Amino acid sequence: MTSASPSSAVQHVALAPASRAVNVIGGDLTEKSLRLHLEGLPGVDAVGLEARAAGLGTRSIKTTSKAWALDAIIGMIDLTTLEGADTPGKVQSLVAKALTPDPSDLSTPRVAAVCVYGDMVPFAVAALGPNSGINVAAVATAFPSGRAALPIKLADTKDAVAAGADEIDMVIDRGAFLAGNYGRVFDEIVAVKDACRRDDGSYAHLKVILETGELNTYDNVRKASWLAILAGGDFIKTSTGKVAPAATLPVTLLMLQAVRDWHALTGERIGVKPAGGIRHSKDAIKYLVTVAETVGEEWLQPELFRFGASSLLNDVLLQRQKLATGRYSGPDYVTVD
Amino acid sequence: MPASSQSFLDYAPAPESQAILNLRESYGLFINGEFVPGSGKSFSTISPATEKKIAEIAHADAADVDRAVAAARKAFDGTWSRLSGTDRGKYLFRIARLVQERARELAVAESLDNGKPIKESRDVDVPLVAAWFFYYAGWADKLEHAGVGPNPRALGVAAQVIPWNFPLLMLSWKIAPALAAGNTVVIKPAETTSLSALIFAEILQQADLPPGVVNIITGAGDTGATLVNHPDVNKVAFTGSTSVGRMIAKSTAGSGKSVTLELGGKAANIVFDDAPLDQAIEGIVNGIFFNQGHVCCAGSRLLVQENIETEVVERLKDRLRTLRLGDPLDKNTDIGAVNSREQLDRIRELSDIGEAEGATRWTSPCEIPAKGFWFAPTIFTGVETSHRIAREEIFGPVLSVMTFRTPAEAISKANNTPYGLSAGIWTDKGSKILAVADKLRAGVIWANTFNRFDPASPFGGYKESGYGREGGRHGLAAYLTSGPAAGTVRKATR
Repeated sequence: MTSASPSSAVQHVALAPASRAVNVIGGDLTEKSLRLHLEGLPGVDAVGLEARAAGLGTRSIKTTSKAWALDAIIGMIDLTTLEGADTPGKVQSLVAKALTPDPSDLSTPRVAAVCVYGDMVPFAVAALGPNSGINVAAVATAFPSGRAALPIKLADTKDAVAAGADEIDMVIDRGAFLAGNYGRVFDEIVAVKDACRRDDGSYAHLKVILETGELNTYDNVRKASWLAILAGGDFIKTSTGKVAPAATLPVTLLMLQAVRDWHALTGERIGVKPAGGIRHSKDAIKYLVTVAETVGEEWLQPELFRFGASSLLNDVLLQRQKLATGRYSGPDYVTVD
Repeated sequence: MPASSQSFLDYAPAPESQAILNLRESYGLFINGEFVPGSGKSFSTISPATEKKIAEIAHADAADVDRAVAAARKAFDGTWSRLSGTDRGKYLFRIARLVQERARELAVAESLDNGKPIKESRDVDVPLVAAWFFYYAGWADKLEHAGVGPNPRALGVAAQVIPWNFPLLMLSWKIAPALAAGNTVVIKPAETTSLSALIFAEILQQADLPPGVVNIITGAGDTGATLVNHPDVNKVAFTGSTSVGRMIAKSTAGSGKSVTLELGGKAANIVFDDAPLDQAIEGIVNGIFFNQGHVCCAGSRLLVQENIETEVVERLKDRLRTLRLGDPLDKNTDIGAVNSREQLDRIRELSDIGEAEGATRWTSPCEIPAKGFWFAPTIFTGVETSHRIAREEIFGPVLSVMTFRTPAEAISKANNTPYGLSAGIWTDKGSKILAVADKLRAGVIWANTFNRFDPASPFGGYKESGYGREGGRHGLAAYLTSGPAAGTVRKATR
């Protein structure tokens, strides 16, 4: 072990039990057993991973396949506004767009969810009304940096859930991860998952943001993906959108591989959400191809795959109009939100 | 969500248009800068995907070969060997740019005639062709640095015979260094894949290359034999089967001709248990299923560490299920058509032998088109070193999986072949890569990748994989000699 490793005393600290980790790693879950598991994962060859992603990106999706893909993309978008300047009015406008993405074509599917800061959840819930079919996702746990004490992160989460959030997008403590304190990251995810519990015993869906742009290496992304899954995440998500690079195709492919391997191991299905930087239909279609050819088509549904995006929706709508009319319109023919 | 009546993975057809092609009904021989009729009996070239005729191709007989060699000799003496290296370089740069300009046309022609997927001809073959000409264009005025000694000069007339698996790419590997070094060329493409070479002849006309510097003659084995045995050629370069290579080595022995042979292979792709596994799977796929396995350096023997064999084979099968076999011109096709019925028969025969010898066969479930020559990706497990499918070159999408326990065993099994063209090593551990590579007897060794080509990197084999190197400075040196000029051989001026 290198000097950067926590002392052996720390390594034997028992971790919060999470049933997945207990099942896969064993009952005596410790910092050390978690570390051994994560470090035992096969390495990632960066050149090979990027080449595979580039190869998947060359698939040519035309005509009927393209039409299907465009609608599927809309149905998997978490329409997002995460700004300091967000207001109830802005959220209302976003919700209206989520409900009716294209007023000129009411056959357009609705997006999967709207994604807002925790304090905006009540406005989003009110604007959506009952039975919209659209979820409210809230970022929580001192998003985007995650630099706050655990009680504050948990309070942040509980607040959002109490306000009616269907989904919680939490951030991991990248500092702890990079310092090698995998157990701390693990425990926090377990605690946040617990904070997602509603009074009726059900849970808000937990998406775990790895912030891959800060983890920097593909090996780290693979470890963090497994860590988040072991700790109980329902989804693993690339980025906050506040750090560059945000989602990339190779990173998403790598996370999909973790999800595929987890499914092969346990039969359980984990979702993946690339977020940030996906602005064009053409790019989004590459993600669909990557999902379908890595984990299978079954993942092409909002329960298992999402795009965290804002400007992507309008580009998809333009492409959709082009398929319907044969002509490209322009930005004035789709609505701003 | 949209109703999922169709499967997304049944991607809608995305065919590359053939409208860009401007093919003739019949092609003559390209001798002395123009197309002339051949004296032999012409033959048809067909699309292996549909078995439909594409064009009529001339057959060069001995008299035609004579004419082509005479044209090359005249061009060598009169023009090409007198040009400065800078000027030769200018022609090569011009050819490279024209290849880029006509890239799509060349890619479509290649896929149509050869059967390889358009994504490969578009993204691999044609870009590499341009890269090869660019690379050797830069060498043309720097021959003193080729490492052959003082006064480097061309050999004279080069007779070149190339195979059908990478028709245009192999043409560029042969022509680019030959011209850069100041030689003139008579080249014969393979019988089943002449088309792209004949379009290339049009590019040479477009580039205004002096007549006779490159002559392209089409025909079958007899044309090739007449060419390499012609008394007035100085250099023979052949890429193809070991059996034909052996005949050429015999017939040219004592003739004074320089000979380079790039022949068969049975490469080991060695996967250690500390390999980056997902990328290794991609590397195995790329190693043996790229170009339908019609690759002399294909990683046709998978040597996988015994403790991960089951996992690797399972992952490999899952990956192979996503490969799409079909129309070579569809942009989503991964596995195209086998180039000829003859080759298909050979693949079938050896695969049947593999089964008969006791190996376990697994074939990827894919629909085989009614017309054309197709072979679905196939894996044999339980292959022993004594099996024929572990020893003979199949030259098709067939992988033989064997296991090893230690690095020493991997090295010994990898080297246990009459061939020695290439090998692959997969491990995350750099020191292991170097230690193993040091002991493998193969001309090219890839680490954590496979089937990657670059004009700056020499390529060639040990043992029955041939001799001489193509690519890089070594590939240039194969077309040069040094010392005082003799006879008609002139100094290649700067």
